[in-house]
Amino acid sequence: MSVAAETHPILPPQQSLGDVTDQIALIPLRFPTRRRWLIALACSSLLLLLFVVSVTVLFTRGVGVWGLNIPINWAFAIHNYVWWLGIGHAGTLISALLLLMGREWRNSLNRFAETMTLFAVVCAGIYPIIHLGRPWFVYWMFPYPATMKVWPQFRSPLEWDIWAVLTYLTVSVVFWYIGLVPDLAAARDRARKRGWQVFFGILCLGWRGSAVHWMRWRQTYLLIAALAVPLVVSVHSEVSLLFASGTIPGWHSTIFPPYFVLGAAFSGFAVVAMIAIAIRALFQLENLVTDDHLDVLGKVLLACGLMTAYGYIFEIFDALYSGDPHDLQTLTDRLAGVYWWSYWGAIVFNFLFLQLLWWRPARRTPWVLFLISLSVAIGMWLERYMILVTSLYRDFLVSSWGLYQASFWDWSTYFGTLGLFLVPFLLVIRLFPVISIFETKEVLHEEQERANG
Amino acid sequence: MAEREDLYGLLAEFDSPETLVEAARRARAEGYSEIDAFTPFPVEELNEVLHLQDSRVRVLGLAGGIFGFAVALAMQSYTNFSYPIEVGGRPLYALSAFAVVAFELTVLFGALVPAIGMLALNGLPRLNYPVLAASRFHLASKDRFFLCIKAADARFDARATERFLKALAPCSVELVGA
Repeated sequence: MSVAAETHPILPPQQSLGDVTDQIALIPLRFPTRRRWLIALACSSLLLLLFVVSVTVLFTRGVGVWGLNIPINWAFAIHNYVWWLGIGHAGTLISALLLLMGREWRNSLNRFAETMTLFAVVCAGIYPIIHLGRPWFVYWMFPYPATMKVWPQFRSPLEWDIWAVLTYLTVSVVFWYIGLVPDLAAARDRARKRGWQVFFGILCLGWRGSAVHWMRWRQTYLLIAALAVPLVVSVHSEVSLLFASGTIPGWHSTIFPPYFVLGAAFSGFAVVAMIAIAIRALFQLENLVTDDHLDVLGKVLLACGLMTAYGYIFEIFDALYSGDPHDLQTLTDRLAGVYWWSYWGAIVFNFLFLQLLWWRPARRTPWVLFLISLSVAIGMWLERYMILVTSLYRDFLVSSWGLYQASFWDWSTYFGTLGLFLVPFLLVIRLFPVISIFETKEVLHEEQERANG
Repeated sequence: MAEREDLYGLLAEFDSPETLVEAARRARAEGYSEIDAFTPFPVEELNEVLHLQDSRVRVLGLAGGIFGFAVALAMQSYTNFSYPIEVGGRPLYALSAFAVVAFELTVLFGALVPAIGMLALNGLPRLNYPVLAASRFHLASKDRFFLCIKAADARFDARATERFLKALAPCSVELVGA
């Protein structure tokens, strides 16, 4: 991967720095694909409307409208929470981890990957809140001097969760914005209409590209990146502790934190690949998000998938090695229980189609990579469902066994969150440079220099 | 010549980072010290040529991290002290259980403080700045690289400095008002 990136340029060298600037900065200013964008926005708005309706029904009638029950009291809410949060993590990993590692191909992808992170985290964060039953008491999670003189329980993973997610959201916003400021200045300088000039002029904070500013900016950017990488690992490890801290068979395992983090990266890279393909087609950005980028994304996806598969193998090994009858029972429940389809569905959607990515033309064909990525997103969704439901529906006591089925409002809330993700995402790609202008130019210049000797 | 108050400086435009760095080096050699450069993307060599050294942002990051860590431990210890919930004889002051929130707040403040500090040290946000009024300065965010010798420099002389800059083969030289 690195050898390839160093020997042949990832961006076509015949384009100039000015071309790249105009191409990206003019997307928000003279929006080219109005029609297709409006259709996408209209469909997403319908989904968002569905979300509003579902939440209204939920708030007026209570969590009973969902299919959750005892023993499966954590159903779709936490399942989709984990799924959304996992998707978000890939944006940070692409942006921060690859920045620290000096992987230049990340510069064409980081902006929309980070944007994806922001709204995926919002979708994730909304779930525990609407799951509360009495969501207006969400502020009880914060340590404030209450008249009852009680405080939150800081030794509980549920309390850790709110700190982890809020920190993650804040740091993601800061990282995204700090990285965006120089591009906002570039858009300000390209803008001809007064409204856009004021809009970008204010948001870019008066950035002027001074050498001393760049020096401090770079230090800050690298510093936040260096903090963001362990943050991702900590947040999803913490999410896995929501499960692993309990004693439920199939959850109470030390493999959970790395297993969850890798699965998160896996699903997230899949969604990044889907977004990259969609944005590249929508705005004709084939010269900036090249086939080489898709190739690398395919390889990363394959690598993450294989590491996730390793987690599956070790989960089985863990149960067999422990010899614990309850763990063994959960294992057979997963493989051949009522919810067998979620286990085998996860295997097929996650790992079977994925094997096509060993083949170079599959990685470089947008629609093939898109379909494989979609399959991974579905597979990881099934995996989260499987981990949750197959463990809960039959635990230690036969008296506490029970089945779960998602209700209409479970599904409508979930599809609604797709709108909650897509609407702000579409607005951001409408209003802001969708690819990092200055980082792309940095790579382009470096590659041109290298080509010229 | 004495400093002129109505002038910000002279702005010379170059078409590549390499020519800009070379020009900056020549300007330093000529004895100018109040020099700034404006580029569309970070140019590492400028830090060395212009003697830019400032690690306050990093110090702020460290300070923010330590502050967040301390706040998190203090907060969690105090809440357990103020309202002890004893569960199965487990320790109230459980550092392993406090570790997650302590880590999160370390990261939160470790990122927020340098981000805000970076903007403050850079004097941003700022709605206007003299160089932004220069006629070709909009190219500094596109594909041109600008060198500015400020009027505040002791050696600054509108004519002599302009002659010096023109000898560096720039694309343009412009006088910027304050």
